[in-house]
Amino acid sequence: MKTPLSHMLLVLVASIFGSIGAAFLKYGAQELHRGWLHLFNWRLAMGVVLFLISSYFFVMGLRPPGELSVLYPMVAVSYIWTLIWSRIFFNEAFTRQKMIGLLLIVAGVCCVGAGGR
Amino acid sequence: MSAIVADSPRASEQPARRQPVALVFCCTILGAAAQVLMKTGANQISHPGLLGMITNLPLLGGYCLYGISTVLLVIALKDGELSLLYPVIALTYVWVTVLSFLVFHDQINRWKLVGIVLIVSGVAVLGKGGRR
Repeated sequence: MKTPLSHMLLVLVASIFGSIGAAFLKYGAQELHRGWLHLFNWRLAMGVVLFLISSYFFVMGLRPPGELSVLYPMVAVSYIWTLIWSRIFFNEAFTRQKMIGLLLIVAGVCCVGAGGR
Repeated sequence: MSAIVADSPRASEQPARRQPVALVFCCTILGAAAQVLMKTGANQISHPGLLGMITNLPLLGGYCLYGISTVLLVIALKDGELSLLYPVIALTYVWVTVLSFLVFHDQINRWKLVGIVLIVSGVAVLGKGGRR
């Protein structure tokens, strides 16, 4: 394996920032129940900023010699973080369907990454 | 059929659970188109730096599509569950793989094909779960 550990850590950090960004988008989206003008609120802005930070770390991790086939599947970890934040902050249930769907998607992203070699 | 009839009177107060999944579905198509535009833009960047970026139409188009896609995601999240909708975004990988094959003639191999099938079936499972 040629991808250095430091690049994997960068992508892992990117996945954490991305998942927190998604949680902020959900947090901010609830403001829309008060009207469409509430599309511009600090929670959504925070979500977008976190996505930008996440993409910065992702690009840093993908610099050579980072390999897409190793790093892509690590992005799928962000779905697992998001599942945890959804449970903690929005009381969303862990259902069997979500688990099966998530497992298939994570496996699929791993395969797409492996095919990118 | 009976379930649909029973649900319909309350449709206004409780929006169809499938609608958010459909919105995220549109999101992933826009996101993939954005990535293809950005790749096109990146391939033809003339002079590096900010000027080269803001005068690059495909790149700007890509950013616009990302913006629209984010707004759609937020609208979907208004009524949908985050844990259900966020993994659906993985569909973007499917469209990007197909589009890069069509536009840039990137190869699709066995692994990518298996990955696409797994992601699509995972999204199908999540989409079904949303109806419950």
